[in-house]
Amino acid sequence: MVFCLRRRDGLPGLSLSIAFTLVWIGLIVVLPLTALVLRPWQDGGGVMLRALHDTRMYAALRVSFGCAALAAAIDVPLGLLLAWALVRARLPGRRAIDALIDLPFALPTAVTGITLATLYGPTGWIGALLARAGIRVAYTPAGIVVALMFVGLPFIVRAVEPVLRGLPPELEEAGLLLGASPVQNFRRVILPPLLPPLVAGFSLAFARCIGEYGSVIFIAGNQPFHSEIAPLLIVVRLQEYDYEGATAIALILLLSALVCMTGVAALRRRVSRGLVARGAA
Amino acid sequence: MGEPSRRGNAVLVAATYLTVLAVLVLPVVLVMVEALRAGLGAAWRSLLDPDALSAIRLTLLVTLVATIVNTAGGIMAAWLVTKYRFRGRGVLVALIELPISVSPVIAGLVWLLLFGRQGWWGDWLDRHHIQIAFATPGIVLATLFVTFPYVARTLMPFMEQQGREAEEAAFLLGAGFWRTLWRVTLPDARWALLSGILLTTARAIGEFGAVSVVSGHIPGLTETMPLHIETLYNGYQTVAAFTMAALLALIAMATVLLRSFLEHDFRKGSS
Repeated sequence: MVFCLRRRDGLPGLSLSIAFTLVWIGLIVVLPLTALVLRPWQDGGGVMLRALHDTRMYAALRVSFGCAALAAAIDVPLGLLLAWALVRARLPGRRAIDALIDLPFALPTAVTGITLATLYGPTGWIGALLARAGIRVAYTPAGIVVALMFVGLPFIVRAVEPVLRGLPPELEEAGLLLGASPVQNFRRVILPPLLPPLVAGFSLAFARCIGEYGSVIFIAGNQPFHSEIAPLLIVVRLQEYDYEGATAIALILLLSALVCMTGVAALRRRVSRGLVARGAA
Repeated sequence: MGEPSRRGNAVLVAATYLTVLAVLVLPVVLVMVEALRAGLGAAWRSLLDPDALSAIRLTLLVTLVATIVNTAGGIMAAWLVTKYRFRGRGVLVALIELPISVSPVIAGLVWLLLFGRQGWWGDWLDRHHIQIAFATPGIVLATLFVTFPYVARTLMPFMEQQGREAEEAAFLLGAGFWRTLWRVTLPDARWALLSGILLTTARAIGEFGAVSVVSGHIPGLTETMPLHIETLYNGYQTVAAFTMAALLALIAMATVLLRSFLEHDFRKGSS
């Protein structure tokens, strides 16, 4: 990496903070991730090719990606509702609700896992109700979706909230005054500016959900080809001492998450540029 | 100011309460109810079990190390990235944020690839009788990786806003780097710093996936609190499992509330 400094940078501590930061990032992030990227090619690419022919891996990836997409999609309207209420409604207890929304992010995943498994289990508060209606959630892919919904919700709310705060409420009123029906108003006036943050929130939730482990494994049932998520298969492969198989799945998961994050970053840049341009006009 | 109609507002508020109750509050209530199912005494006794105490001790140790290292690193990185302009700055920020998008299981796996028996340095470590994987050092490394970005990430936007006039003035008045950092920059950023440290601590205490991969799951030896919850839960010791879960849930709720107050403060302070 080349550090080209401008001349006016006269603050002290530059070399010290460079050294400290590089050692910190190098040892904790770059070194282990280098091992992850290089490992599968170490004994030639054959190992990687064999790992890529593993049908159980594809099944697990399908479960992970499918459930993550579904959970994030269900979270979009829920997150929009919560963000809308936080910004626009006269909401008693707003501060408490605002804080609670971050709870899934702070609650240890193992706690989330055993709690949701109990709540939605056959004798749990919600599970018993659903069982009477003939619906099984725990120990099926539906259980995975429920757990991932919990984990993904804050990402949507926190992505939409700041954008919503920046939109003048007059916009919506103007639409209604000009004779739009509430549905038209929502589709034509409210939704367009919120679409980029909703897509960003969806991608962030999705990226987080495909890698999620602790909150899922207790409720999932973990049957191969049916309700086994990709992160769990990594753990299984490791227990079988199949490091190559584990690393192949890990690389695919990591790349997918990175594609999502890069997309979000691009989206963010576009949105902020758009807002700046509009503000200047 | 656009006031929603009274009926519209009531519907919106009701729907919000319902969602928050069903999705966020109900699980927390369930943890507490399950923990206290056999009474407060039984819950308390389950925490005094030697394996439980050992898990609490290990969690505290790991959290302490991870928080100190990542707070120090986070402060230095935030200083570097926000007080200077240089090429490669974007790459540095991306690398700092990278661990957020890495699955916890992968955050554990990467250390096995280095220090596990089949890892790059596994043989060498074996010959010298140094154990990193499936021991406390491995658990610390996995936690370091998972909690890596939070202090830097909370500090960076705040310190970017600070600019560097105050630091330049301190420097012209003869203060060195440490003095400037300690007396000028950090006092101003203290709420953001505290918020980042809180998040780091909470994530370190609760980390499960990464630690699970490198731990080896030996009760009383290499189990942290979340891992011990899994062992108890799978052994049908429901009260003990949920008591420890309740302890972690209380810590999580305290963290979330404190951070919300802090953020309120530094949002108000900066505007």
